[in-house]
Amino acid sequence: MTKHLVAGALRLFSGSVARWHGCGPELKQRVYFANHTSNLDGPVLWASLPPPVRMLTRMVAAKDYWSASRLRMKLACDVFNALLIERKKPTPDCNPLDDMVNALGDRHSLIIFPEGGRQTTPEPQPFKGGLYHLAKKRPDVELVPVWMENLNRILPKGEILPVPMLGSVTFGAPLRLTEGEPKPEFLTRAREAVMALRMTNA
Amino acid sequence: MKALSDPALLYLLGGTLGLLIVASLIGFVLAKKAVTDSAKVTVANLNARTNAWWLMVAVFATALIIGPLGTTLMFGFCSFMALREFITLTPTKVGDHRTLFWVFFIVTPLHYYFLGTGWYGMFVIFIPVYAFLVLPVRSALAGDCERFLERAAKTQWGLMVCVYCISHAPAILMLLKIPGFEGQNAKLLFWFVTVVELSDVMQYVWGKTCGKHKIAPTVSPGKTWEGFLGGGATTVGIGAALWWATPFSPLQAAAMAGLIVLMGFAGGLVMSAIKRDRGVKDWGGAIAGHGGFMDRLDSLSFAAPVFFHVTRYVMDA
Repeated sequence: MTKHLVAGALRLFSGSVARWHGCGPELKQRVYFANHTSNLDGPVLWASLPPPVRMLTRMVAAKDYWSASRLRMKLACDVFNALLIERKKPTPDCNPLDDMVNALGDRHSLIIFPEGGRQTTPEPQPFKGGLYHLAKKRPDVELVPVWMENLNRILPKGEILPVPMLGSVTFGAPLRLTEGEPKPEFLTRAREAVMALRMTNA
Repeated sequence: MKALSDPALLYLLGGTLGLLIVASLIGFVLAKKAVTDSAKVTVANLNARTNAWWLMVAVFATALIIGPLGTTLMFGFCSFMALREFITLTPTKVGDHRTLFWVFFIVTPLHYYFLGTGWYGMFVIFIPVYAFLVLPVRSALAGDCERFLERAAKTQWGLMVCVYCISHAPAILMLLKIPGFEGQNAKLLFWFVTVVELSDVMQYVWGKTCGKHKIAPTVSPGKTWEGFLGGGATTVGIGAALWWATPFSPLQAAAMAGLIVLMGFAGGLVMSAIKRDRGVKDWGGAIAGHGGFMDRLDSLSFAAPVFFHVTRYVMDA
């Protein structure tokens, strides 16, 4: 109930319409990867999925931000069902990649932001390697590029009060890691797939 | 509920209802008859528009029946949504964030609050004077000078068109005191909105059926001389025929309707130029078949302030 209300409020306030350009909303196991400019990105992407998909999709988010206050912690755990990860350099006993693979399990999907943090540049930064490793460990999972438009204008980095601009969330055609594809090529291809969706916005 | 005790308003509402039923019937028949794909698309769009009109008329009528406050709130909501579309299409920067917060959550509600309390002086100067002078200060304090004038100007423009201009429609209800017409302003507002929207619809219908000579092909290819003159004349005729709902004589009603047609056309043209520049066809997607709020309110935003002030002057209100 709370989940539906929060999702509805997020969609209403961000004015977000989900546009499915390269695939439909399906219950397949997926990793949604998107550009990252605002703390609203994860929640809004999550909210723009249809309820049955949303229930099985977990956003991957930074532990330091979402555990900073009780309210955030409650939202992250009880509402968004977030997978909170450390942003420090991975060690053998604390590797976020293992957490993500475990979280996928056999029916969940994930939302990740491969730039690693919120950016203020107009173009997304080069992607970090996590997406590649995830694709390598779980080749059966579809990788769906997502472009988040205007969310940085609704709630820019460093601001607390949002402005009700109209955002949009565009889903593109799923990618897969081709056999023997080197890491840098794959990450460039993935980043370009996200940026290509910006053009379809107008 | 006082509005309903006036038979003239009931006639207007009944007439609108009749018009919508006729439009829906025509749409139904056309949908059956359409064979080619392009005809089907046109008819589907026409029917989406008609259906949205049912909803818009229902909302407007409900607001009028609730009373002046309900009407003011409804137009306030429309202003807010239109401004949202306008600012979304305007390239503002992070430095404008707090200014925009003020624009949406302080300036807009305050302006409608002044309208709601009937404070004419403040209503007329709040946005053009106070907001105009204070908002750029907030942006300057944020410290980003890049394209400063452009950003400040665009924010003020959005506020003027979406909030200040549109609010002059409910101001007909709240602020006009026409001698001998006391307590009947709801009729005049209904007449005004009907004439604005009829003008749009009639120009669309005339343009679609016999439009040939484009008025401003680079700005709005849909606007033709045939559409403007045919639609304008039809609207002036209907506006004059409905003079009994206004404080005007039939001749005055015709002249006022002509003024509304002209200003409405100007509004559509200017807002089209802005859309063109931003590379979009519609302001948004909130109203199926119509586009966004601003696509339906562009004519009204230009017609309302002029109609309000001319009426105030001519009728000594």
